[in-house]
Amino acid sequence: MTIRNTLRDHGQRYRPRMACLKKAEKVLLEMQDPKTGVKSQPQRLVITTIPHAITGEDILSWLADRFQVDTQEARNVGSMLVALGYIYPLQDHKRLVIKPDASLYRFQTPYFWPTQQWPVEDTDYAIYLAKRNIRKKGILELHEQEQYNRLHKWMNHKWDFIVMQAKEQYRAAKERKKPDRVVFDCQERAYWVVHRPPPGTVSAMDYGLERRIEPNADETKTPDFYERIMIFTQQSIMRPRVKSSVSIGALVKYCATYNNHDPFLSKCLPSNPWLTDDITYWNLNMTNVAIPTKMRVERWTFSFGELLSDPRGRDDFRLFLKKEFSGENLAFWEVCEDLRWGAAVTMREKAEQIYKTFLARGAPRWINIDGKTMEITVNGLKHPHRYVLDAAQTHIYMLMKKDSYGRYLKSPVFKDTVKKAICPEEQKFTDAQLEQNAKNRRPSLSPIVLRQQEQEQRAKMAANAPVDITQVMSKLSKQGKEAPPCPPPAKK
Amino acid sequence: MGEMEQLRKEADSLKDQITAARKAVQDTTLQEAVAGITVVGRVQMKTRKTLRGHLAKIYAMHWGTDSKLCVSASQDGKLIVWDSITTNKVNAIPLKSSWVMTCAYAPSGNFVACGGLDNMCSIYNLKGKDGNVKVMRELAAHTGYLSCCRFLNDSEIITSSGDCTCVLWDIETGTEKTIFTGHQGDCMSLAVSPDFKFFISGACDYTAKLWDIREGQCRQTFGGHESDINSIGFFPNGNAIITGSDDATCKLYDLRADQELITYQDSGIMCGVTSLAPSLSGRLILAGYDDFNVNIWDSLKAERVGVLAGHDNRVSCIGVSSDGMACCTGSWDSFLKIWN
Repeated sequence: MTIRNTLRDHGQRYRPRMACLKKAEKVLLEMQDPKTGVKSQPQRLVITTIPHAITGEDILSWLADRFQVDTQEARNVGSMLVALGYIYPLQDHKRLVIKPDASLYRFQTPYFWPTQQWPVEDTDYAIYLAKRNIRKKGILELHEQEQYNRLHKWMNHKWDFIVMQAKEQYRAAKERKKPDRVVFDCQERAYWVVHRPPPGTVSAMDYGLERRIEPNADETKTPDFYERIMIFTQQSIMRPRVKSSVSIGALVKYCATYNNHDPFLSKCLPSNPWLTDDITYWNLNMTNVAIPTKMRVERWTFSFGELLSDPRGRDDFRLFLKKEFSGENLAFWEVCEDLRWGAAVTMREKAEQIYKTFLARGAPRWINIDGKTMEITVNGLKHPHRYVLDAAQTHIYMLMKKDSYGRYLKSPVFKDTVKKAICPEEQKFTDAQLEQNAKNRRPSLSPIVLRQQEQEQRAKMAANAPVDITQVMSKLSKQGKEAPPCPPPAKK
Repeated sequence: MGEMEQLRKEADSLKDQITAARKAVQDTTLQEAVAGITVVGRVQMKTRKTLRGHLAKIYAMHWGTDSKLCVSASQDGKLIVWDSITTNKVNAIPLKSSWVMTCAYAPSGNFVACGGLDNMCSIYNLKGKDGNVKVMRELAAHTGYLSCCRFLNDSEIITSSGDCTCVLWDIETGTEKTIFTGHQGDCMSLAVSPDFKFFISGACDYTAKLWDIREGQCRQTFGGHESDINSIGFFPNGNAIITGSDDATCKLYDLRADQELITYQDSGIMCGVTSLAPSLSGRLILAGYDDFNVNIWDSLKAERVGVLAGHDNRVSCIGVSSDGMACCTGSWDSFLKIWN
């Protein structure tokens, strides 16, 4: 019976990491090049001489030079190579980091590299610990002793085999020459420090949760599989593609347009709340603030989408449309959004309301869409679903974008807003003031509460607002009374 | 056998046709287009806040749309909603299954969702009276772990799973509305377009796919990576996507021209990308790596312009708030840090 040791098996389940490990190995080979690699020298350690030892500083300076990075980054890369087990420290062998001094390291033999696909099994670990125990009793560290006891308990049934293997390996090792034996012992020890680290180590072998499917696994491909690929590919070929120059140009333009609005690239006024703990910036930019900031108003000029997505911008636009007596377009667009993103239970009711208000012949806020779209929409409304108004909404959106938006930007309403928009002064805080700011931090209002407040405010405004003539008309027509003709728009 | 061979040859020739179609519209490259632009100056960000409270690896985090609240999920079995300004915990939600891999904050702020090895997406209602947060729905139908989830609105959520599919759910009824199949490896990550009409998914079959939410179809597939795609995101204008992979590179793909634009790689980076997020203007891409750091890339010039170092273990998730003011990183060292 095989017990799946998935969390300990660093070989077979390593598939996602292979790409990176191959890159690391290329660098390793470069480092070991006798001419251009890291300087190596034999080091005397007690009585034995260990060949090909390298110092931490040499490794770091080689890495810094090779990748053209500073010492800190070189240390990062170096420590990663040690954590993966490609380089191991000779002194202080349990700490898998690169020290920027004369500490000694050696390259690990490819036999022990993580890319070798054989799994790291508990049996091997047990043999290793047993071997060390045989060599000298009491040499195991506390955590190793605990592991040994645990394995002894769980592998009791094959303990004879393990002890026999350990003795055999120990005997074979004694027949080697002393320097070779020391080297091999170091390598093996380093391997196990990487794969069975002492508790509390951040292990590079920890790759988190396993992926489910092995994409390279041979699976029987059915004809159906190829058919599907072909249908998809054919559809894909037929889709229109935009020229790269146009598309890339748009990307670059977007970056440039929004550069001043990106808080990571430009300062924000009056001050960045994350730096100064002063929330004036957020207060000035609240959803329905009376007077918006200049930066916010500028964003409305970037695209129609930006204007509509900002509730304050939309309010301003609505004001302009009211003066032009074409407010029904925006109102229709808003109810379409409401239908699309709203709860499914209310859909039927909403659809009926929309039909009566905007689409029916003689409707109080009748919108001007072409005959074909009207036909599709009205038919769709018989069985309303989330996307039933998509065609009509797109039509109205484009109408507003191509026509009303341009005129809005030139209108007195907008010019007035721009004039009134505030450009706050940059705040300069002294250290004492910053401390005070930090003390005065208040918890943020929950967005749920904010929205409730907003709704209450809207309801209040609606109650106090001057009577909307179109609403009165619709009420009268509902009561069956003849609707008097609409007053002509005021002459400009 | 002959039939299979023939089908395979046909499929391959069609793939060549796509490559040709892509080449036909490629009248310039990103490098040429930005030749005249200078690289962004060195970006230095510091940790402004550290959110302490989790007791085990943090696997996911997501900002709320108000740019102040965020939710994080950790393998200690807790979902914590943070007020990142004061570093207070607004809610600490205990989970039934501690093997959580993802979390999401609804745009309205009313719900949070999470899921993981339990193969389910659990939706929690934050609106409850007297501050009691309860499970509202458990969306169960996936046959593999839940790797990522994102709300479209209060009634719909999209999830990606280790069973190679993505699903659009109707939260009110708890049923699947659309199943998006096509990937041949675990779907690891997903992102929704700014206009909420499309979403993209990255998977362990080394490809990223663009899906039309309404049609339920895959519209485009992008390849080129040499290992699993762990993380994916939209460029802020919605016309390009960024992917981060276990092969230590990130790539930028153009949706309208249907091709790969550029690869963000460095010979000194030899560990996988776990997460990424673009800045508000799209000019900067912040990517979290296995080597405990976050690298900041200039998206147009493909050069590294900054590093965020401060975590003691792998950076598992990263997010930029919607007003672009701050970036939050979550790590296996159980801390979240807010950078700016």
